[in-house]
Amino acid sequence: MTDTQKFDRADTRVREDEGLAGAARAFFDRVRSGDLGMLPVILGLFVIAVVFTSLNPVFMRPQNLTNLLFDAAAVGLISLGVIFCLMLGEIDLSIGSMSGVASAILGVLWVNVGVPWPLAILAALAAGAITGAIYASLLNRFGMPSFVSTLAGLLALLGLQLYLLGNSGSINLPFQSFLIRFGQILVMPGWLSYLLAVVPGAVILVFGAQNRRERAAANLSAPSSSVVIAKAVSLTAVLLIAVWYLNLGRGVPYMFVFFVLIIAGMEYVLTRTKFGRSIFAVGGNREAARRAGIKVERIRIYAFMICSTFAAAGGILAASRLASASRQAGTGDVNLNAIAAAVIGGTSLFGGRGSAWSAVLGVLVIQSISNGLTLLNLSSSLRYMILGAVLALAVIVDSLARQSRASHGRA
Amino acid sequence: MDGPSTDKELILKLSGVSKQFGAVTALDGIDMEVHKGEVVALVGDNGAGKSTLVKILAGVHAKTSGTVEFGGKEVEIGTPGRALELGIATVFQDLALCENLDVVANLFLGQEVNPWRLSEIEMEVRAWKLLGELAARIPSVREPIASLSGGQRQTVAIARSLLLDPEIIMLDEPTAALGVAQTAEVLNLIERVRDRGHGVILISHNMEDVRAVADRIVVLRLGRNNGTFGPDATQEELVSAITGATDNSVSRRAAKRRGDTVEEGAGS
Repeated sequence: MTDTQKFDRADTRVREDEGLAGAARAFFDRVRSGDLGMLPVILGLFVIAVVFTSLNPVFMRPQNLTNLLFDAAAVGLISLGVIFCLMLGEIDLSIGSMSGVASAILGVLWVNVGVPWPLAILAALAAGAITGAIYASLLNRFGMPSFVSTLAGLLALLGLQLYLLGNSGSINLPFQSFLIRFGQILVMPGWLSYLLAVVPGAVILVFGAQNRRERAAANLSAPSSSVVIAKAVSLTAVLLIAVWYLNLGRGVPYMFVFFVLIIAGMEYVLTRTKFGRSIFAVGGNREAARRAGIKVERIRIYAFMICSTFAAAGGILAASRLASASRQAGTGDVNLNAIAAAVIGGTSLFGGRGSAWSAVLGVLVIQSISNGLTLLNLSSSLRYMILGAVLALAVIVDSLARQSRASHGRA
Repeated sequence: MDGPSTDKELILKLSGVSKQFGAVTALDGIDMEVHKGEVVALVGDNGAGKSTLVKILAGVHAKTSGTVEFGGKEVEIGTPGRALELGIATVFQDLALCENLDVVANLFLGQEVNPWRLSEIEMEVRAWKLLGELAARIPSVREPIASLSGGQRQTVAIARSLLLDPEIIMLDEPTAALGVAQTAEVLNLIERVRDRGHGVILISHNMEDVRAVADRIVVLRLGRNNGTFGPDATQEELVSAITGATDNSVSRRAAKRRGDTVEEGAGS
């Protein structure tokens, strides 16, 4: 090996994908082998936009899109939680009910008992954490499949929600409070939204340059700067256009930005920490993880707790969006929408594959369809059928991509 | 090397190790020594107690009686964690790799550098250095395990066990599922592990592989020691020690085939 030979370029069998052309070639190879990444989502969003705009031009108006983002944050947060369960190859079917219970706890404590709302939120989140811990203990102690325990939990939590709300059936939350304005009205001033739109690109540039420096110093190959710059520029362009368009109407909701920031934090947890790596390992091969010294039981407890806590947080956002805690909160299609969003975004139902970003992408697809169907004045019977078909389609794509990955030797 | 090596530092010494599962005696008074930089092959028929012995050393089972000395001191290996602490690493037959993770993630699984901000670059460099020392032929450490061949997976599993720099590494049937070329690659790898100064305990059914790399061959039969051989031992010697008789089904078969070829030779 010569001095200039990079560690990871020593083997002649490795093709060097240099520069933009190389990156493009590597991308096409990945897609062909079934590693679809974000491709189905972007295509799906495009198709949805074209179809619904042609049926009702209101769909693409900036006001409607702002509304859509307000709606997306609540389900998106629930979806983010369930990703942690799906990554382990487990599932939580009670996330909808959990979000309903959380909104009921918020309403009862805040309005009926008179507790300050931040404390009421903490109580709701704690209820979520405890529920998750119970599911994980049932799995760890008794080997009860999460499918069954959370199905039982779905009913039990629904009962708890009805019990908490009592005879009144619904509690109206104070309109003037910060929480409700956060969920219904508050949008960013234009300058702040433009500023935030530039941040992701800047982060990519700064960390990309740092990564290149460190890899070069360690005698490893680094992605070429043209690829990093192209990524940053294209992302910034897309975000700036989106922000400009939204600012033609009401603007960018604080709630959606809050949601995206949490997503970014969880993506860091999943990809850059030992805990996240352990989740991937347990989802990929539980026995291997156990032998590597990972405490599988503890990882499960944390994952289920994270899942139910985010479900509770989503319920609180949903309550603030509707300004009420009602019997209907968290029922109906919330459960499946959240799980479908995760799967559509690219998190596998079979465990060991996924990312936090899949919650954002998936929820945009689901919420766009839901919003578009509402604009068409379709009855909820049709809406449920169409959303059901979309979910089935997403799982089929996931399954096919998995088979293709297996035959191409990719995980 | 002539016979059992005595010049190298003794790492592991088993004396009179026995293991009983209820009324069944799986191991009965086993003696074994492993020195630094030495490959000891453990052979025996099914039920001879090879796996039981490995599991005792890996901390999976507890021995019933006898002593295990490690580095000159008597030790109890109660848990798998204790075995690793002492410096006894085990590569089980099913390898236990996560197919969805890449080579670096698998090598460092459970021992990641910097838990709250994984040092991917440091781990990658260390992975390349370790694989380089083993002259392992892994094209890219950023590919998921799913894309590797059986021999490459075995290499990754062995490399992972070396990460904690153990004194002894135990390999359970490392070549059982491999083709000819991949087997040769793994055998080369075992020799390089030995040359790094580790003691290697190799469990195998394949006499050819065993004689190719082992410095000593310990034969177990029905839970007892049944002889120790050098690498120059003949197939017949080993087979008779393993089966417990000079006249056995394997030797009869071999004799019959020799007879066949002689007849064919005479006929043509």
